[in-house]
Amino acid sequence: MGQKVAIVGAGITKFVRRAQETGKELAWQAAKMALDSCELTLDDIESVSCGTAPDAFDGVHEKGEYLSDGCGGWRKPYMRQFVGGGTGVFAPIHGWLHVASGMFDTCLVVCAEKMSSCHPHPQGAFKTIFDHTTEQPLDPTLVWIFAMEYNRYMTTYGIDKRDIALVSVKNKKNAMDHPAAQLPMEITVDDVLNSEVLAWPVNRLDISPTSDGAAAIVLAGEHAAKRITDKPVWIEGVGWNLDSAYWASRDLAYPRYVEKAARMAYDMAGIREPKKEIEIAEPYDPFTYKELHHMEGLLLADRGEAPQLLVDGVTQRDGARPMCPSGGALGVGNPIAATGLMKTIEIFLQLRGEAGKRQVPGSPRCGLAQAWGDLMQVGTVVVLKR
Amino acid sequence: MELEKFKLGATNLKQKDIEAGKVLSIRQTPDLEYAWDNGVAIGRYLKELKEGRIIARKCNKCGRVMIPPRMFCELCFRPTDEWVYCKDTGTVNTFSICHINWDASRIPEGMPPHLPAVIEIDGASPGTGILHLLGEVEPEKIKIGMRVKAVWKKPEEREGSITDIMYFKPLRNPSKSGTGSKRRS
Repeated sequence: MGQKVAIVGAGITKFVRRAQETGKELAWQAAKMALDSCELTLDDIESVSCGTAPDAFDGVHEKGEYLSDGCGGWRKPYMRQFVGGGTGVFAPIHGWLHVASGMFDTCLVVCAEKMSSCHPHPQGAFKTIFDHTTEQPLDPTLVWIFAMEYNRYMTTYGIDKRDIALVSVKNKKNAMDHPAAQLPMEITVDDVLNSEVLAWPVNRLDISPTSDGAAAIVLAGEHAAKRITDKPVWIEGVGWNLDSAYWASRDLAYPRYVEKAARMAYDMAGIREPKKEIEIAEPYDPFTYKELHHMEGLLLADRGEAPQLLVDGVTQRDGARPMCPSGGALGVGNPIAATGLMKTIEIFLQLRGEAGKRQVPGSPRCGLAQAWGDLMQVGTVVVLKR
Repeated sequence: MELEKFKLGATNLKQKDIEAGKVLSIRQTPDLEYAWDNGVAIGRYLKELKEGRIIARKCNKCGRVMIPPRMFCELCFRPTDEWVYCKDTGTVNTFSICHINWDASRIPEGMPPHLPAVIEIDGASPGTGILHLLGEVEPEKIKIGMRVKAVWKKPEEREGSITDIMYFKPLRNPSKSGTGSKRRS
């Protein structure tokens, strides 16, 4: 590689159900905060990466172009990337490619999402990601895939729905300490189980909200990073992987694509025993079971064993292996592309010891963020170290 | 830096202000129409559905019998070799009992839920499933591993669509009881 790459600054907006601001205004707010946080201006930025998910949410064609001024992209090498829900963790990877290659010393990475423009509900836009000929005539909703994957995972390993519901309890509580959070709350397992059934086994409180919001980070090459900050957080490993889009023929109980992405990132970061070396993680949790499913794919738990770690308190903020200390998509909110970058920012802050009330004990040195998307078959992983 | 030391952006619009018409927005419903060509593999798949048959495509290198059929094997990255008829029976790999419609609106009280399922089709390679619906079954009696059979529209009503199969219903006298494939990567 040309050079090492560090995260040196971060910005985020609140995640809200419907923002007064446009997508580009949200992008600007997050980007400006990221620059301010490391005392840079746009003049210091050599390249800009934008991440944003389906154009159908906003009803704006070529959304990368639409958001580009808010991202600080004009008169710069600017590029939009998009891998569905995996976009937010592909964002630091995309920025890393710009800087690690040696092409640029700095890259401003911005992710913005405005889902609320789609009426009556952004779920409607998700129908169009199914195969137009063999699946859309069955009038699917995206929740079908999640519900069926949840069921297959639960049934394969004989997991109790009560244990899976605990993810929602943990994450929404963690979110009470996150200043950007949309759905922070203190709830019980029974509240989750008694909430409206959307698509069994998925209840209302198993699912993350739709959100508007943006997040941004500043990346810098080795020498630039040390000039900018005393506390660079290094991107030590990146991994991404795409599995078959014939989702009905995949092993729904195990996210092999996440394992492949994780192994790529671990190899690069020199991590041989992820359960010991990854001290803190933000697995993607748009649904309760996904945090557990992803922990297993990330090799942070044995297959079917992640629920027990949760029940035992291991994944609480004060546990041995904290998961989603931010509050995750379930608690902070899920403006698709911005969510994964919010997770990356949480690990950045935790490794710097700057996570405020969310700070996990033990001064962690190594953590990861992960996201998942496209037709539920892309895994994106970034390993960070201080 | 700590997030708590910054004034974070994004202003949450209040539902009551939206309902009171205080939030100005431009509304538009794009009127777009598409005609998606079925292509070579899916074209034949749909033609066979119209005849009341399920057809797959086989790759003679890896031996997979694939449904929906495809003209190239994405794993071997070579053309597939032959058409193979499957049965119209299969095994429920997973399912959901769904109370919302595609646009997230709730199914009215008293109306039956949608019963989407992944069905592994007999004759295709183990673990090879398609998305379809279940019917003629009490939702609480559906089990992973349940054996099912396609219920077809009448021949004159079929139009060459996945919906020529209305749904899959439980096999009354299953010749063998499957448990769904258990695959490990």
